[in-house]
Amino acid sequence: MRRKNRPSALFSAAAKGSIWTRLSFLVMGAGCVRYKQYARGLIYVLTEIGFFYFFGSFALPYLSKLNTLGTEAQKKVWNEELQIFQRFPGDNSMLILLYSVPSLAVVIVFVYIWYSNIRDSWNAQQCTEQGRRVDGFRDDLKSLTHERFHVTLLAMPMLTLVLFTLLPIIFMILIAFTNFDADHQPPGNLFTWVGMTNVTDIFLGNEIKTHTFFGLLGWTIVWAILATFTNYILGMLLAVAINNKMVKLKQVWRTCFIIAIAIPQFVSLLLISRALEPAGAVNVLLQKLGLISQPLPFLLDPTLARIVVVVVNMWIGIPYTMMTFSGVLMNIPAELYESAEIDGAGPIKKFTSITLPYMIFVTAPATITTFVTNFNNFNVIYLLTAGGPFSLDYYQAGKTDLLVTWLYKLTVNRNDYSLASTIGIFIFVLVSTCSLFVYNRIGAVRKEDQFQ
Amino acid sequence: MKNGRLRKRASAVALNVFIAALAILWLVPVFWLVLSSFRAEQGAYTPYLWPKGFTVDNYIRLFTNRKLFDFPRWFGNTLLVAGCSCAITTILTLMVAYVYSRLRFPSRRFLMNASLVLGMFPGFMSIIAIYHFMKAVNLDQTLLALILVYSGGAALNYYIAKGYFDTIPKSLDEAAILDGASNSTIFWKIILPNSKPVIATTAINAFINPIVDYIFVSVIMKDNYNNFTVSKGLYTMVDKTNIYEYYTVFCAGAVIVAIPVVLLFIRMQKYYVAGVVGGSVKG
Repeated sequence: MRRKNRPSALFSAAAKGSIWTRLSFLVMGAGCVRYKQYARGLIYVLTEIGFFYFFGSFALPYLSKLNTLGTEAQKKVWNEELQIFQRFPGDNSMLILLYSVPSLAVVIVFVYIWYSNIRDSWNAQQCTEQGRRVDGFRDDLKSLTHERFHVTLLAMPMLTLVLFTLLPIIFMILIAFTNFDADHQPPGNLFTWVGMTNVTDIFLGNEIKTHTFFGLLGWTIVWAILATFTNYILGMLLAVAINNKMVKLKQVWRTCFIIAIAIPQFVSLLLISRALEPAGAVNVLLQKLGLISQPLPFLLDPTLARIVVVVVNMWIGIPYTMMTFSGVLMNIPAELYESAEIDGAGPIKKFTSITLPYMIFVTAPATITTFVTNFNNFNVIYLLTAGGPFSLDYYQAGKTDLLVTWLYKLTVNRNDYSLASTIGIFIFVLVSTCSLFVYNRIGAVRKEDQFQ
Repeated sequence: MKNGRLRKRASAVALNVFIAALAILWLVPVFWLVLSSFRAEQGAYTPYLWPKGFTVDNYIRLFTNRKLFDFPRWFGNTLLVAGCSCAITTILTLMVAYVYSRLRFPSRRFLMNASLVLGMFPGFMSIIAIYHFMKAVNLDQTLLALILVYSGGAALNYYIAKGYFDTIPKSLDEAAILDGASNSTIFWKIILPNSKPVIATTAINAFINPIVDYIFVSVIMKDNYNNFTVSKGLYTMVDKTNIYEYYTVFCAGAVIVAIPVVLLFIRMQKYYVAGVVGGSVKG
């Protein structure tokens, strides 16, 4: 019996279902038990009991306060008799929101289970009426190893995905519409819904926040473009150079570059940032060589610092691109070159009409990913300059800060969660629209099915 | 004729020298790290480049001087977290990759697109929420929380493994089905045994990630010193108050951490390409 999945089953079951199927609307699993699917019926009824217990004892107190996020803050009252401050627990906006999100998720899942209970009962009823065999519990288990094997395999991964990615993201999106900041830290000070205030603050209201946001946005875009394309072009040239027939010890050179990036970034970037300080190794070297008389303020001057992060990022990024392109170069079908040689193409012609288009075609989707990664390239900026040099005309940010490092500082240093979430959402909207647009233009992703 | 060959030889030498020079340039920070780790004089900044004396004292201090900076403990923490999250991540990733690569079901496209979109949120955002949740259930600043954070994204990073599964011929599956095998049998007995390279890559990646990460651990651990991993721990050695005395020790610690990572990385690099360019190579 293939179980059909269409919402209309609900209406048919209500209109034409037997008394047992109709009873399933209230007592889950009733229909299943009637049509001899005992194990399934038992699971349904236990789910129902468990859900209502969970809902009543745990979810309801939080969900009922979701609209206000709590009204009574925790209070300290002086007790004359005992000569101490007594704490009176109040609401906690944070916990209300935090537990409401998973509770709502549980409700949604429950509604789906409730629906499948009716659908199962309706299907089983039809089977019985038509004299067909109703699938037993053993058949269900067996289908989990074959027809519905995807359910078995996806159960755990999807659970972690929902718990550790989806629900946290929903929670943070909701935070963006509250005033959860340094002045509203529960349980002492509650926060509440403020609608679009954070969004308007960033885009038009608050002068310094708007200035910071657009300043950092501009630099983030410039940075992402520079970081992506310097690495792309130079990495490609390096791969082509190493791949040249005249180069000896190819694998040795490649390994050298790979060692450089295999050093954990928190180590290599810290070393580099120390070396670039006024008393650091680079300035010592330049002074010894007599090239400069005064130390250069590599990380202290805004323009110089921005150049430095782009250059250091090349040190990190080029080996990666080199690795990619080396692999791609090896994969170019030899027939292409052979037929080009027959047509009398020289080395340059072969490069521009075969190698280059092939490399660009193959790496195009990966380039978008790189661009997105660079847009949110936390490590390079934070570990190298920490966003500095710090700027007074920015709100909690420095001249090399990206939006994502600003987000980090706002949360970790300032507890300014609502503003940070708003920025996070904006980053997401920008990044996802851009990349979906480009993905669709390329079309490589859409054809993914046909490549196999 | 002879002139032409000579010119070709000259350009070959020039190209080799150029690439060698670049390779050396790239290795300078690595060399600098190793050099500093053996430096006898303390301090982050020296007015000269070549150390005046060499010592292995920094390495000894790293392991014996545990009062202020407990490196051996952090190292143990890191191995534990990396090991556990590697096991969880690898299993989850392979399962997801197999499903998307081989099985066809109505919501497949939707799930893949949803994964793509979810992956575009700054990962850092969910970490903040997870931190608050862990705090609410009294699990914040624990190694368990860290393991969960590192394995939580496993279902989103299936691209490398899926790309590899896509290359395993479908005829193998079809033959097995004719012999009466179920999809479950195909997964365990055919796909997995044929995918050792990609299992290794996924596992190595998942193992390296917790070792080199600095951000997640600083958000989750805050100041719980005993549960630091090496990256967070080593970083405390070079804050303003300790940098003079501990800079060279930091370098020694960094070398110890870097060696296994470098070895794993070199082993993994040949599969790196397949992951980045995915299925499109075959087009």
